[in-house]
Amino acid sequence: MAIHEVTFPITDPAEILKLKAGDEVTVQGHIIGIRDRTQIRIFDQGVEPPMDLSGSFLLHTAPNVRKLGPGRYEKLCIGTTTSARMVRFTEGLGAQYGVRAICGKGGFPDEAIEPMQRLGMVYFAIVGGAAALETTQIEEIEEVAWEELMPECLWKFRVKDFGPLTVGIDAHGNSLYHEVQARATKKLEELYARL
Amino acid sequence: MSTVTTTDLAGAVEDAAAYLYVWALKDIPQDLRDALAAAREKETSTTGRRVLDVIHRNVSIADEEKNLVCQDTGIAVYTCRVGEHFPLHPARIYAALKAGTERATVEHPLRSNAVHTITRENTGPNTGYRLPIVHWDFVPDWDGLDVKCVPKGSGSENMSFLKMCVPADGVKGIKQFVLESIVGAGGKPCPPGIVGVGIGGSADYAMYLAKEAIARPVGTRNPDPLVAQLEDELFELLNETGIGPMGLGGDVTVLQCHIEHADTHMTLNPVAVNYQCWAARRATAHVAADGAIEYDREF
Repeated sequence: MAIHEVTFPITDPAEILKLKAGDEVTVQGHIIGIRDRTQIRIFDQGVEPPMDLSGSFLLHTAPNVRKLGPGRYEKLCIGTTTSARMVRFTEGLGAQYGVRAICGKGGFPDEAIEPMQRLGMVYFAIVGGAAALETTQIEEIEEVAWEELMPECLWKFRVKDFGPLTVGIDAHGNSLYHEVQARATKKLEELYARL
Repeated sequence: MSTVTTTDLAGAVEDAAAYLYVWALKDIPQDLRDALAAAREKETSTTGRRVLDVIHRNVSIADEEKNLVCQDTGIAVYTCRVGEHFPLHPARIYAALKAGTERATVEHPLRSNAVHTITRENTGPNTGYRLPIVHWDFVPDWDGLDVKCVPKGSGSENMSFLKMCVPADGVKGIKQFVLESIVGAGGKPCPPGIVGVGIGGSADYAMYLAKEAIARPVGTRNPDPLVAQLEDELFELLNETGIGPMGLGGDVTVLQCHIEHADTHMTLNPVAVNYQCWAARRATAHVAADGAIEYDREF
């Protein structure tokens, strides 16, 4: 299992292809916060996002913030939510907007594996609940759009040493979640036989 | 442990609720810290150790910076043990808990999660119609009030499961359902956490009991030896599934399995599973009849 550092947004797709399921990754640069209602607005209501998402790293989040002024917010506590609820947006994010990485907790079900491989995307697993640490790695909230969806707005964060993240699904068709489920399902048969 | 005295009893309950909500979110209980440390010792997988190391760092940073352990401020759930002679009616206790929840949310400020279940519009400072949720227990021949605040995150609450097993499924059916539920939940409820199981009663009461189970101090055992034995057995079995920390594979899938039970109908065998994430936040206070508040009095 290799250790990588990647700066987002990326311009070279090879940056994603070098990552393998299980690898450890630390992220620098800019990442974009997004959640259920944000993606429902983009895909179900057909509203174009007012931020450039090409080559981007999306984080499944809805932060605790304090409003400082128009469009300006101070971070209080920023953590990550369960990704599985939002899996159906994966293809659209990659194909229409050029998103290259999605980061959340708990993983994506198997339906994400094929589009991620085809479009050259990865899923990064973060430690859910570890928001106090995550907050220290987010240097600043640089931009906020769709404030009326608070806290499910589009957020642009500048990060430093964001991680460690684990590559949960890589762009080569491998998913740690699929592997763990397959092993556990087999194990269950053995456990049931012992009951 | 600290003590506060006031003559305004409703105000005291409100103060206790406001304090407990924020305190629970920032400072996780010692029994949970011990369970997380034991998990870190036990885990052998690379990804699992990575996750448990991050959890350890996170808890330390939350302590140092006095920040929330997890950003999900949850839905505020309170458990109240009300003494028969406590001089404030439960209707007023509920109003005070609601006011305390709102005050904590506005003053800190905390993220407000509460929405109307159909319109999905935010209903205000973590309160709304039938929010917060309160579990009640009434104690004869006593004049005190115990309050426990359990902010319940959605990642783990979404991993709740109910099955109306039939009597012929027996205890084996209960064990199978708990195992398949936790394997199916995978990494979504932020493992390793506490698996709360409610058995017996009725469909609704089984789930109520499962929620009671996750609110117990980590590693406590049901006073009924038959149920305690089932807790031990399920705890071992669940950790053999290999789901591991954050569902990335490993030795530690759960920190504990707690079970609460009720007698039931001869034809019923309900089993409910309610998951509590590793950030199993919980804080307690005792309010005396004269309004004195004593924090950290576990029940």
